[in-house]
Amino acid sequence: MDSSRLWLLRPFGERSTLIFLGVLLAAMALVTLLHVAVPPGHPLYVSAYTVNLFGKYLSYALLAVAVDLVWGYLGILSLGHGAFFALGGYAMGMYLMRQIGDRGVYGHPVLPDFMVFLNWDSLPWYWHGFDMAGFAFLMVLLAPGALALVFGFLAFRSRVTGVYLSIITQALTFALMLAFFRNEMGFGGNNGLTDFREILGFNLRSSETRLGLFLATGVALALGYVLCRAIVTSKLGRVCVATRDAEARTRFLGYRVERFQLFVFTVSAMLAGLAGALYVPQVGIINPSEFSPLFSIEIVLWVALGGRATLYGAVIGAILVNYAKTVFTGVMPDAWLFALGGLFVLVTVFLPKGVAGLLALRYRRRAVGSGAFSGKEASA
Amino acid sequence: MRYPPMRGPTSARARAGAAAGGDRASTTRGAWLRLLVLALALALGLSVATPGAAQDGDPGGEAAATALLEALDVSSFPAKGEAIEAIVRSDDPRARDWLQALLDGRLQRTDEGRFVVVLDNAGREWPVEDALNGEALGEMSRRDLDRIGINNALRSQLRSAIAVVDLYAADVDLRRASAERLLGEVDGELAEPLVEVIEAEQDARVRQRLVQALAIHRLEQGEIEAIADLRGSLHPRVRVALNRAMSGDDPLVADAAREALNSIEQMLKVNRAVETLYFGLSLGSVLVLAAIGLAITFGVMGVINMAHGELIMLGAYTAWAMQQLLPGQPGLALMLAIPAGFLVAALVGVAIERGVIQFLKGRPLETLLATFGISLILQQLVRTVISPLNRTVVTPEWMSGSIAINDALSLTLNRMYVLGFALVVFAVLMLIMRRTRLGLEVRAVTQNRAMARSMGIRATRVDIMTFALGSGVAGLAGVALSQLTNVGPNLGQNYIIDSFMVVVFGGVGNLWGTLVAGLSLGVINQVLEPWAGAVMAKIIVLVFIILFIQKRPRGLFPQKGRAAEG
Repeated sequence: MDSSRLWLLRPFGERSTLIFLGVLLAAMALVTLLHVAVPPGHPLYVSAYTVNLFGKYLSYALLAVAVDLVWGYLGILSLGHGAFFALGGYAMGMYLMRQIGDRGVYGHPVLPDFMVFLNWDSLPWYWHGFDMAGFAFLMVLLAPGALALVFGFLAFRSRVTGVYLSIITQALTFALMLAFFRNEMGFGGNNGLTDFREILGFNLRSSETRLGLFLATGVALALGYVLCRAIVTSKLGRVCVATRDAEARTRFLGYRVERFQLFVFTVSAMLAGLAGALYVPQVGIINPSEFSPLFSIEIVLWVALGGRATLYGAVIGAILVNYAKTVFTGVMPDAWLFALGGLFVLVTVFLPKGVAGLLALRYRRRAVGSGAFSGKEASA
Repeated sequence: MRYPPMRGPTSARARAGAAAGGDRASTTRGAWLRLLVLALALALGLSVATPGAAQDGDPGGEAAATALLEALDVSSFPAKGEAIEAIVRSDDPRARDWLQALLDGRLQRTDEGRFVVVLDNAGREWPVEDALNGEALGEMSRRDLDRIGINNALRSQLRSAIAVVDLYAADVDLRRASAERLLGEVDGELAEPLVEVIEAEQDARVRQRLVQALAIHRLEQGEIEAIADLRGSLHPRVRVALNRAMSGDDPLVADAAREALNSIEQMLKVNRAVETLYFGLSLGSVLVLAAIGLAITFGVMGVINMAHGELIMLGAYTAWAMQQLLPGQPGLALMLAIPAGFLVAALVGVAIERGVIQFLKGRPLETLLATFGISLILQQLVRTVISPLNRTVVTPEWMSGSIAINDALSLTLNRMYVLGFALVVFAVLMLIMRRTRLGLEVRAVTQNRAMARSMGIRATRVDIMTFALGSGVAGLAGVALSQLTNVGPNLGQNYIIDSFMVVVFGGVGNLWGTLVAGLSLGVINQVLEPWAGAVMAKIIVLVFIILFIQKRPRGLFPQKGRAAEG
């Protein structure tokens, strides 16, 4: 009992974690202050829209941390983490859909609008229970977790690794995307779930709720970060890094590699699901495009740009890329794909350790937690 | 026989005359016809038609022909119907053209009373030609022309009449098409003369059709022997007739019809299976084409090129560009696009290899990300430079259309060409890898780079050549795909995941595996589609591959021995 508590608390003894948490909390406090205390119209005023945008970035950051956990420390390049993110998002979306109640366009007391539209007469079995927040929030973690558990069990047991694993994770999210596009699936098909009204009784359109969601996402990111740090600094994390660098050798040393992989992969999927659940109420929609292979591979770019196997690098990368995306798509939408594509090439060729690597170089210190990490060894 | 299915006492009497005329006729068609017409003229004493021309032995006579047309220009529709009959009976060589023009509303009369055929009725001035002698009369104002109107009843009468006229055409294709139209349309009036036509018919296929058309009529009359003629026919009309016979009064006929129908259903099942197989192989050949280049760069060299799909896209755009450069010659342009598409894709491939991939040697996951970035850039480049919209690549004439194997099965030509093309590309690649110096060096470098280099093989050069080959094949795939799907910036994206699936499923580094995997995945997809739907079939196939890789991580045909170490 005591040792497990220590295990979770250990990250608080690290300087990097404290700095990260300090910066994160300070940023959250600053945004809150500028939003609440500064009058609208003042140049320093942060609008509800911007708060919402920051909230979105933070949920992406949590997703990037989840990807970094498996890619940076386990050497598994998942091109399907968007699937877990979207599943968590759909679980949350189902809860929000049920909260609409009879205020939908068709005014049906139970059925969401799209089901009335498709002439369904009753709720499909998997929609039951989502009117209860507790159950829905549990499913946010359990649905992606279960998928990761089954998929990971099959994959790691038969030692599918490296590029092969990447490709089948991509196929997984692609198959899910096709499936969720079907109206018969009961998840709103092409349009997905949208038109949400309130969460836990708070109006989703009010700026207070938006601020609350932003802060909740920040807290979730902090907790997720600490959890991941706790995992990678534990003995389990050492085995993971060993697996990443020399899987066969670790196996010969007597470790059941696939169990470590399965555990970390599932935890990462659940974090991704949580990120999705926080993302959906802030953007107000979830549709099958979140399953698209392009989105999943973009997440990997955030991590690569920020710096693999650092965790805080993933956060930096997610925020940087998405901020750039917001700016680019607003100013010159055509150029965004050039920029994104160029980033992929430049980062992999010239910046294998990402922004975090640059920072570490600057302070003549090794990037925290990267251990024996170097591009060549980690890529196998 | 030469009767439009016009009901009424007039045609009833005509039928008797026709039968009588037929009995006495000599075997030559023309003489028989003339007799028929004579009999008719005598029997009916028709006032509208002037079969005098035929009597005079002057079928091309101007006066007679004018009279025939003159009879059309009356206000009463029944009278027009009779005039049409007269034209049919006239044995005039221009009869078909007149009837067709009348059906299309192009048979018109000038203010001077001349009959003309309008060649093109767009605009105000219409080019016309004389209906009688085909002389071009230049353009005429539409106000100077009067259309000879018809109603719906006449329209269907005209269609049947044209079909009957065509049965005597010298052109086999016309006769075939006409016989085709007669299936299920034969009635009492036509039945008896049809026997004669069948006897005179030389072409086996036309004759078979006519026999079937007649048999349908006989079956309707309750003749059980007719079923023997219908057995084995896959035409839907035949099935309709048999179905009707099944629910008829005569139990003997009903049983025979049921039995015949069952055997037809069996044959249909076989045909459907063949069709599914064909579509499956066609889809499979597309997958093979898309994946075979990847099988070389990824499978043999171990380089993950996520921009492979965009190389395919560039190949397809090359085909489009060639057709833009050579307007009016889509076939030639397509042939030239084959080497051009190969070159374009190969050059871009080499640029990618030299510019990015060579710096990421031994880091497959980074290569994956970098090439993915390149794919985004290429897509956006095409979107910006050319257009975000789809472009159409024309299918040359010799590639369009289909081959009808039988009534239920026809194979589209373009798919057949692509299938053949895929096999040729595969064979050539196989030869290159197995029988040339380059193939040998590639295999040496992939098995043991250091050793190959110390044997004097220039590994870098081999890398470039191999990558150019794999990329060029992607370009070829694009040229072929331009014949089957829309050419747009997203073309490649749609194939990249499938291509990787094919390569991984078949076994990395094994070209045969890619061929088998591509074709079988295509067939599986098509077999699943009818009961699962297109999207579900695709999902099932993806899940199947994901599960398959768990079971056999190295694919259908895993490499053995030293090659497996890579």
